[in-house]
Amino acid sequence: MSNEKDWPLWEIFIRSRAGLNHKHVGSLHAADAEMAIENARDVYTRRNEGISIWVVESKYIKASNPADEESLFEPASDKIYRHPTFYDLPDELKHM
Amino acid sequence: MKSYTKYDPLVEYVLRSADNTLILGHRLSELCGHGPVLEQDIAITNISLDLLGQSRMYLQYAAQQIGNNETEDTLAFLRDGMQFRNCQLTEQPNGDFAHTIIRSFIFDSYHFYFCQSLKSSTDSSLAEIAAKSLKEVTYHRKFSSEWTIRLGDGTAESNERMQKALENLWPYSGELTEEDAVDAKMAAEGIGVDLKDISGSINDYRNNILERAGLKVPEKVFMHSGGKKGLHTEHHGYILAEMQFMQRAYPGLNW
Repeated sequence: MSNEKDWPLWEIFIRSRAGLNHKHVGSLHAADAEMAIENARDVYTRRNEGISIWVVESKYIKASNPADEESLFEPASDKIYRHPTFYDLPDELKHM
Repeated sequence: MKSYTKYDPLVEYVLRSADNTLILGHRLSELCGHGPVLEQDIAITNISLDLLGQSRMYLQYAAQQIGNNETEDTLAFLRDGMQFRNCQLTEQPNGDFAHTIIRSFIFDSYHFYFCQSLKSSTDSSLAEIAAKSLKEVTYHRKFSSEWTIRLGDGTAESNERMQKALENLWPYSGELTEEDAVDAKMAAEGIGVDLKDISGSINDYRNNILERAGLKVPEKVFMHSGGKKGLHTEHHGYILAEMQFMQRAYPGLNW
């Protein structure tokens, strides 16, 4: 086996229950996608944490730049009208 | 020291599976914290725990059949070497990762068809243990088969190491499917697995994986046996020394 450093890094997403989203749980090394799924099964679902696994090679994830935080996210903070809190809901509408 | 003990055929039979899973489970547990990479370290530890869990079910059933205050713990920790019924393959040392994988591959390919057949046992306890084990064993077989292919078909060095491991361990493969009087009696009564029946499937499965791995099945090999009768290789005593130390040094010690 080659050095672990030769194995690419994979990001692991687990769906914990039917109906819920896959959630990022961490990352691990594996030689290919199939091995990444098996490694994820062994590392992240030992205690019944999941019913489905997604793996994505880390290099394919494009992340936002933390330095852009001001321009990307702050403009939303003073636009409270975007939250649906100003509507009067009819009484017969439940579970909102 | 208790020497060779003869049990009833059913107990003899149950102890074989109990000890195969106990000894291989212990062997794999030795790698906890020493796996080649973190991910495989956890995978092998998971498999070890699966096997120990299976062993407990067999040992509990054997203890219940023996009676006489025997328990799963007395069977695991107070029997001596000649009372163990595991096949000699399972006690072979971990060696390099190639040896660990080939040993598991030879065992898992047998174990899968064994459990699949034992599921139909007329003995409901054994049928239930087999059904529960089969789900785990299906994954074990996938794990060791994929690593066999990956390393056999990997680099020149990994192929060479895998071929060497196969040559070293193949002589211990025969005993798993070698039928003796106890196996024949249990199979005839519908309790046990007909080893002649499953041998074909096991061979086909192994040949297919080994071919994909680019590994050559050793030919004209002398097959060791004796484990089922309590005859073991030099490695067995060292396993017991480590596994049984606490109960031998502090009899009756509890968690």
